[in-house]
Amino acid sequence: MDKYHLKLYVTGKTPRSESAIQNLRKICEENLDQKYEIEIIDILERPQLAEDERILATPTLIKSLPPPLRRLIGDLSETEKVLLGLDIRTSKSSLNPI
Amino acid sequence: MSNKTADCSVEKLTTGIPGFDLIAVGGLPIHRTTLMAGTAGSGKSVFAAQYLAEGIKQWDQAGVFVTFEESPEDIRRNMFSLGWDIPAWEAEGKWVFVDASPYYDDDTLITGSYDLGALLVRLKYAIGKVKASRVAIDSLGAIFSQFQETRMIRLELLRIAKAMNAMQVTTVMTTEREHEYGNIARFGVEEFVADNVIILRNSLDDQIRHRTIEILKFRGTYHHKGEYPFTVVPDEGLVVVPLSAIKLNQQSSDLRVSSGNAMLDEMCGGGIFRDSITLASGATGTGKTLMVTEFIAGGVNSGERCLLLAFEESREQLYRNAKGWGVDFQKMEESGALNIVSAYPENATLEDHLATIKHQIERFKPDRLALDSISALERITSAKGFREFVIGIASFVKAHQLAALFTATTPDLIGGVSVTDAHISTLTDSIVLLRYVEIEDQIRRAITVLKMRGSMHEKLIREFTIDGQGMHIGQTFGYHANLLGGGIGSAFKNSDPCLNWQPKPSNNEQLKP
Repeated sequence: MDKYHLKLYVTGKTPRSESAIQNLRKICEENLDQKYEIEIIDILERPQLAEDERILATPTLIKSLPPPLRRLIGDLSETEKVLLGLDIRTSKSSLNPI
Repeated sequence: MSNKTADCSVEKLTTGIPGFDLIAVGGLPIHRTTLMAGTAGSGKSVFAAQYLAEGIKQWDQAGVFVTFEESPEDIRRNMFSLGWDIPAWEAEGKWVFVDASPYYDDDTLITGSYDLGALLVRLKYAIGKVKASRVAIDSLGAIFSQFQETRMIRLELLRIAKAMNAMQVTTVMTTEREHEYGNIARFGVEEFVADNVIILRNSLDDQIRHRTIEILKFRGTYHHKGEYPFTVVPDEGLVVVPLSAIKLNQQSSDLRVSSGNAMLDEMCGGGIFRDSITLASGATGTGKTLMVTEFIAGGVNSGERCLLLAFEESREQLYRNAKGWGVDFQKMEESGALNIVSAYPENATLEDHLATIKHQIERFKPDRLALDSISALERITSAKGFREFVIGIASFVKAHQLAALFTATTPDLIGGVSVTDAHISTLTDSIVLLRYVEIEDQIRRAITVLKMRGSMHEKLIREFTIDGQGMHIGQTFGYHANLLGGGIGSAFKNSDPCLNWQPKPSNNEQLKP
């Protein structure tokens, strides 16, 4: 399994930022078995990075590896959508293991 | 050079968009956000880009362009045709894009609550980077379709508007409307930037595209009401025509100057306004060029600088004509008070002529301008192109507060209105008709002031004669009817009601509003 490269863009230390960070850590720990790298980017401190990636909404999670590139907007509280979005699960059917 | 105008409590920022600052009485409310609403193709994006371009060109004010819809690459290309070299300005650090156009490289998924905090951060960052004083945001509709939470987006846009105010930048936000008349904007956008609203329209009248701009409201400050025509000129952008009754400023609009003929001044209620355009319309030989000559002589004699643009006759011919009426153009040119520019209409396109005329005005800085004749220029273009040319020159003349006299040749010797008149009569402030009339077995000449904006004027039709001293305006013709239709006995061939009125059966001079 390829290693996941995940960048989470947040705007300051708001409750929404904090919950996005926690939700992401939890999902990764439960589903990616150490094979991931998370970078948290506070765009208040590094606005050029938001410019480079053309971020509009925060929080935004970008999965650059493995391909394809994915962009997830929101605080990642809807776990099933996050799993789908990160291609950890490919469809609803795989939610019910046989 | 400062371009801030004080206007009661709210200061204005001069946009530099030709004509717009006049109808906005100074410009946009400074440090505020103004909403610009219009249907597709109404010119919103051009206005937004020009707002930044003029700031850079005229006052070296940097600007930030936030694009929600088109990519920066598309905008750079589209605006290049209007003469704006955006990449060069970007390289100089005068123009910066915040690219908020939709992503095409991936799928975006919403996984919980969010806001548009990143957009605001990027916008502030861009403003700081180039020390911007102008921001254009184009256009809001796209962001509503990209993120569907209308309420959240409205709150975020309100937050952006407030932040722009706190950062002391002046912002133009464009937004879509569905119909030319009706709701101001889609998504209730106007509710959060309700202080200043401008509407651009692009309606179809008689198969002619008619673009207008209307300032709906400017909170706490003045603006002119109603719709004003505008056009988009290549190499220049949007040009608003500040028609008419607009008082540019109190001093100038009340200031009258002589037309060069004392009796004509009297007919106009005491002279023509300094910043007005007068159209003299008549058939060939009725005395239009004489009127121009007297207009120029009147200017030079009262110490004004005069520019004569001749599209029908050469300088030598003009010298000769003027001499025949006792006016020495050659001496006036040698003294530097007069500048004659003679050109053949066919030698250049109308756009080139417009550019040349503007250049001549800026170089010579005249107080009055005569153009003989505007109908000669009509031959070389389409009706639409001609109208845009007239709009362009009219707005330029107004912006420079010149007294201008344009002549137009009517095709019919007797009576008749020309196409030119119909095209441009709404764009001029005053119209003087010179006509041949047929009375008994004679052709005689008649003059009347058909319209004069913002003033009383005489409504009589008077006879005039021409001799070696120039134009002599005399009495009315008495009881004859339908003089302007060609004289007694000729049929009413005009549908224009203005041309069919009956002269008063009296020689008393009457001034009517």
